[in-house]
Amino acid sequence: MLKILKYSFYDLMRSRWSYVYFAFYLLLGIVLLFLNNDLSKAVITLMNIIIVLVPLIGTIFGVMYYYNSKEFTELLLAQPLNRSSIFLGQYLGVAFSLSMSLILGLGLPFIFYGLFKSNAIWDFSLLIITGTFLTFIFTALAFNIALSNENKIKGFGYAILLWLLLAIIYDGIFLMSLILFEDYPLDKLSLIGTMLNPIDLSRTLILLKLDISALLGYTGAVFKQFFGTNFGLIVSFIMLTLWVIFPVFRIVYKSKRKDF
Amino acid sequence: MINIHNLHKKFGKNIVLSGVNLDIKEGGIFAILGPNGSGKTTLIKSILGMVIPNKGTINLLGKSIKNNSDYRNKIDYLPQIANFPSNLKVKELITMIKDLRGNKTTHDNDLINQFKLEPFLDKKLGNLSGGTKQKVNLVLTFMFDSPIIILDEPTSGLDPISLLRLKDLIQSEKSKGKTILITSHIMSFVEEISDEIVFLLEGQIYFKGTINELKEKTNQTDFEHAIASILTENHA
Amino acid sequence: MKNIKVFFTLFLWLLCLQMVCAQRIEVCKDCGITSLKEAILKAKDYDTILVKKGIYKEYNIQIDKPLTIIGENYPVIDGELKGEIITIVSDYVTVDGLFIINVGTSYTEDYAAIRVKRSKHFEIKNLVLEKLFFGIYLEKAEDGKVHNNKVIGQAIQEHNSGNAIQLWYSKKISIQNNIVQHVRDGIYLEFSDDCIIKNNVSTNNLRYGLHFMFSNNDIYENNEFSKNGAGVAVMFSKKIKMYNNVFKENWGTASYGVLLKEINDAEIIGNTFEENTIGINIEGSNRIVYKNNDFINNGWAIKVRGACYTNQFVGNNFLYNSFDISYNSNINDNVFDRNYWSNYTGYDLDKNGIGDVPYRPVKLFSYIVNRTPETIILLRSLFIDIIDFSEKVSPVFTPDNLMDNNPLIKKIP
Repeated sequence: MLKILKYSFYDLMRSRWSYVYFAFYLLLGIVLLFLNNDLSKAVITLMNIIIVLVPLIGTIFGVMYYYNSKEFTELLLAQPLNRSSIFLGQYLGVAFSLSMSLILGLGLPFIFYGLFKSNAIWDFSLLIITGTFLTFIFTALAFNIALSNENKIKGFGYAILLWLLLAIIYDGIFLMSLILFEDYPLDKLSLIGTMLNPIDLSRTLILLKLDISALLGYTGAVFKQFFGTNFGLIVSFIMLTLWVIFPVFRIVYKSKRKDF
Repeated sequence: MINIHNLHKKFGKNIVLSGVNLDIKEGGIFAILGPNGSGKTTLIKSILGMVIPNKGTINLLGKSIKNNSDYRNKIDYLPQIANFPSNLKVKELITMIKDLRGNKTTHDNDLINQFKLEPFLDKKLGNLSGGTKQKVNLVLTFMFDSPIIILDEPTSGLDPISLLRLKDLIQSEKSKGKTILITSHIMSFVEEISDEIVFLLEGQIYFKGTINELKEKTNQTDFEHAIASILTENHA
Repeated sequence: MKNIKVFFTLFLWLLCLQMVCAQRIEVCKDCGITSLKEAILKAKDYDTILVKKGIYKEYNIQIDKPLTIIGENYPVIDGELKGEIITIVSDYVTVDGLFIINVGTSYTEDYAAIRVKRSKHFEIKNLVLEKLFFGIYLEKAEDGKVHNNKVIGQAIQEHNSGNAIQLWYSKKISIQNNIVQHVRDGIYLEFSDDCIIKNNVSTNNLRYGLHFMFSNNDIYENNEFSKNGAGVAVMFSKKIKMYNNVFKENWGTASYGVLLKEINDAEIIGNTFEENTIGINIEGSNRIVYKNNDFINNGWAIKVRGACYTNQFVGNNFLYNSFDISYNSNINDNVFDRNYWSNYTGYDLDKNGIGDVPYRPVKLFSYIVNRTPETIILLRSLFIDIIDFSEKVSPVFTPDNLMDNNPLIKKIP
């Protein structure tokens, strides 16, 4: 698996898209920091952008990589290699290279700006950790989609649909149902609703950091326990990890049963 | 060497293989023939483990290939479409495949010489022509010394000189006592090099034997006509 | 000649009274006088009582003549939880440098560590009060000073705890440089006018750091109020001036930096509201000027409930608040002008430092959260951003004219 990872990673590190992605984050970081001159504002804006953009790029890129490397995959399949190691290797290659672009692209301008001397370093670390988690989750979901759909167009369609669903539509339905059932106690429901969507989950982590003052304004005891203590942080990270593990398991399961 | 028993495979509603039984002995060149969609590639891919059968067993050198990947060390495979990661250089691809197969002794340099690939070694695979890619593909296949060689349409895109080299190569591998499976549409090529043919029709083995036996069976003097007569007979 | 003699005698006598004859009485374990009560009894008007270091178990000490009581190296007056400890009923009393502990707790009477009753011209300074019910209680007092005291309570429940510094029907009191913590209300003013509250630090109190009721013309400035149960409440008062205070980390369901209820004609200038659930909660308050304040990282910088008219918000910094302004009606009579909003996304093409597009500080989402509080969990969601944006383009729920027409491009230093 490590060999495949290595080759996929090298392959991607040389591809034009990695550079585009890297350059995009670099530019974003520079523009936000040096034209704005306000570290806190830059971090907030970045968080808003990252929880939406990273999943989009993760899915699109994951699907694209899978379809583009189909012949290469077939070449690998004829080699004495385990199927799971081929696909996990490729998956990790994509996820690592995307994460690298993210970390370096955002990290460099922040370091030049003097991140280590500022107390925004925790916010920034959270940003990077969340971004990396989202990359791993959505790349895994993308591989799942691609493995289940031979048709490239269909695969891309589903990938974009998945992003739309989790980034926007889910929250719309969530909001509607909260308003519709406002006469009932909703704090548990709303927390569960959050756990079931990795984008919402990452958003919660960011809320814990940025908006704790507002969150503590709500009365519910469950809310208070969740946001007022480290409980929320721990649960969110566990859920994010599960969101990586389950799609990865499905990659292994699907890849073992697939014909090429 | 290769024992296939009662192999079934369908893709969705489309039945491709329905009860294939095939024994291939050690040594010799076996051509797998059949009309389009008769299941040639599916059969080969089943042997390689790329297609997972619905039913039936495949044994290779006495061992089942199910849930196993090590047996592929015994097989060299030439895929039909040679499409490689376009960001890699030819040299890197060769090193990579060697690395993936565990750096066994190879004769890739001889092959590179034979196919005159030296000028392309530092080029990216994405920039190569179809024929050159096929040559790289051949190098990757023949550089190892495995007892079984599977070639899926090996002639596609090759210039006459390279074709000649390929034929020599196949013959020399045969002389080493290897078992070689080939699929091809070029009947003259099949007739020239194969010892035995396996004819697939509608998901089953319609015929297995030498070319002469086929000619006898179909009462044709010419190989190509023999094949054609099978097809017209069955479609009539 | 005789007249001169009489006048001279009188003058001498007066001089004697003030300086020479004003005695100094020492209290200590080995002195002739071993208790404060005894000393007060023996003292004449304008005497000074010097209490030496030691522990004095006394309560119900009544100071009924003009005296100066000074503690040397913080002698401990231990009330043994029996009741009120010191009660001042005379004018011109100074109490300085005592360590008063163990005030009695009662459900019927408000026992205090030190109480001033219907007196003027007193000074209470450099005291340390611990284990108390009420700390310093000024009742119908006037013209006094409460300076440099430290009051540390151990309040756990509201109903059986008291306030650190309480003013009731008092006037012209100066409360400066005190530290009050862990009591019910840090500083409580009821029916008290013309007071100055300056440089105090009021933290970790159960209810309010500062509590104003029916008190007019008071000034409070340079105080720090943080981590109080409900923040600071200013209610039913007129002409209050709040300058340069810091309100920090008041977190909770009903917590705010400042609660303004039925307040008219106040000035709120130069204050900092940081990390509060609500920076300022305004109900029924009119003609208030909010100027040059910083609202940083609050849940809601300003929450307007009920009718509030002709208020002005000018030159404030609104930085990184989850919500800048929340309104519960769609009528607006308040002015927002020349503030800096960190959430502003407009541009300044003519480079005059003022954004070319007005800023609308009220988001649709703040309405939704008011209605269904659980929806707060969707804060910063893309979906919410989209509906907020559409509301911004064509306001339906938020007041049409509620906007800052001159949003600043740069933060006000």
